[in-house]
Amino acid sequence: MNRFFEVVRRDLRLALRQGSDSVMVVTFFVLTVVLFPFGIGPEVGILERVSAGVLMVTALLASMLSLDRLFQTDYEDGSLELLVLTPAPLGVVVAAKMLAHWLTTGLPLMVAAPVLAVLLHMQPEGFPILLAAMALGTPTLSLIGGIGAALVLGARRGGVLLSLLILPLYVPVLIFGVGAIDAAVQGMSARPHLLILAGILAAALVMAPWASAAALRQALE
Amino acid sequence: MVPAMSNQGSSTFSGTNLACVRGGRVVFAGLDFSLDSGGALVLLGPNGSGKSSLLRVLAGLLRPAQGALAWNGALVTEDPEAHAARTHYLGHHDAIKPVLTVAENLRFWAHLHDPHAERAGRAVDGALERFGLAHLSTIPGKMLSAGQKRRTNLARLLAAPSELWLLDEPTTALDKASIKALEAVLAEHRAGGGMVILSTHAEIDLPGAAELHLDRFTTPLTDGIDDDFDDEGAAA
Repeated sequence: MNRFFEVVRRDLRLALRQGSDSVMVVTFFVLTVVLFPFGIGPEVGILERVSAGVLMVTALLASMLSLDRLFQTDYEDGSLELLVLTPAPLGVVVAAKMLAHWLTTGLPLMVAAPVLAVLLHMQPEGFPILLAAMALGTPTLSLIGGIGAALVLGARRGGVLLSLLILPLYVPVLIFGVGAIDAAVQGMSARPHLLILAGILAAALVMAPWASAAALRQALE
Repeated sequence: MVPAMSNQGSSTFSGTNLACVRGGRVVFAGLDFSLDSGGALVLLGPNGSGKSSLLRVLAGLLRPAQGALAWNGALVTEDPEAHAARTHYLGHHDAIKPVLTVAENLRFWAHLHDPHAERAGRAVDGALERFGLAHLSTIPGKMLSAGQKRRTNLARLLAAPSELWLLDEPTTALDKASIKALEAVLAEHRAGGGMVILSTHAEIDLPGAAELHLDRFTTPLTDGIDDDFDDEGAAA
C-alpha cells in the first residue's frame, strides 16, 4: 500500500511541476463546450436539450488528451522498466498511475462541468446528477483509457491509434451518463443509469489495472 | 521479502540451458551459468551478442525462450516479486525525471524498493555522498550532464539494499574518478555477500570475476546489429 501511494505522490508531483497537462485538459473542455452555442445558435431550448450530451462527449474527449502520456514518458526514459521490476504486483503500480491520472484530469473536469452546464442552460434538476455521473464516469475513462495507453506503447502515432481503440469502449459511459441526466431533467429517476455507471466502474476497477499491466509487460519484451 | 545483505548465509543464482529469441532470430542458446554470494560475472561479446538481452532475462523483463533461472534451487518464475526485491537492474536509460531533483528521483526509487521510509532516507543521503552527488541533490534532473545522470542512477544501487545487481554497461558516460568510485562500491557489495553481473566494453576492475563470452552461444549474426536495437526500434 505504501508503494501505491508513493507512485501516486510521484505522479501528482510530476503533473504539478510540469503543470501543462491538467490545464490543457480543462482548457480544451471549456473551449470546446463554448464553441457549441456559436455553432448551433443561442436558443435556450436547443442548448438545454443538447447540454448533457455535449458535456459528456467533450469531457470524454478531453480526458483522452493526456492519456497517451500516461505511460509514454516513463517508457521513454526507462522508468517503466524499473516500475515493472518493483517488488510489488505491477497491477498495483498501474492502478496508482491511473488514480493519479484521474486526479489530474477527471477531477478538474468534474469541477468545471457545472459551470459549463450553466452556460448551456441545463435545468437545475440535472446538476447533482451531472456531478454524480461525472464522478462515476470519469474514473472509468481513466481506467479503460489506461489499457489503451499501455497497448499503444511504442507504436508510432500512438495518440491517434489510442483514440480509435478507446473511443468505442467509452460508449457505455456516454450512454448511461447522458441517460441519467436526461432522466433527472424529465422528472424520472436517474438511479438505474447511475447504478449501471457504478457497475461499469466496479468492473473496470478490478480488470483494467491487470489488463494494463499485461499490456505493459508485452510492450517491454 | 526484505533482502538481507550479509549474515543470511550463501545464496546461489543460476541459469540452465537459457535461450533467447528476438525478432525470430536466436540471440543465444544453451547458456548455463552459476553465481554464488560475493561473486561477479562479466558478460563479454561484440555488439548484438545478446548481453543486454541476457541481463533483461535475468532481471525478469524478458522471458527466456527456453531454460530456467533459479535462486537457491527455487525457480525464479515461482515468485517474481521476491526476485524483484533482491534485484537491482540498471539499463541503458537513466530513469531520471527532468522536473524532479536528484534527491527526489533517488528517494522515489529507494522508497519503492524499500518502503521503510526512514531507513531509505538515510540510505539516499549516503548513496548521494558516495557518488559525489551530495552538492547536486537539490538540482532538477534536467540540469544534469549525461555522466551525472548515470551517477544518480548508480546511486540507486546503494539507496536500497539488494543482493543481486544487474548492470548493463554501467560505465557509459562516467569519468575516471567515477569509475574508481563504482569499482569500490562493487567491491564492497561483493564483500558483503552481494552478487554482480555486468556487461561492459570498458576496462573495469573486478577481482576474481568470472567471464561469460556470449559469442560462444550465438548463432552467426549479421554485422552492425546493435544489441539494444529492440528498445530503440520500438521507441523510434
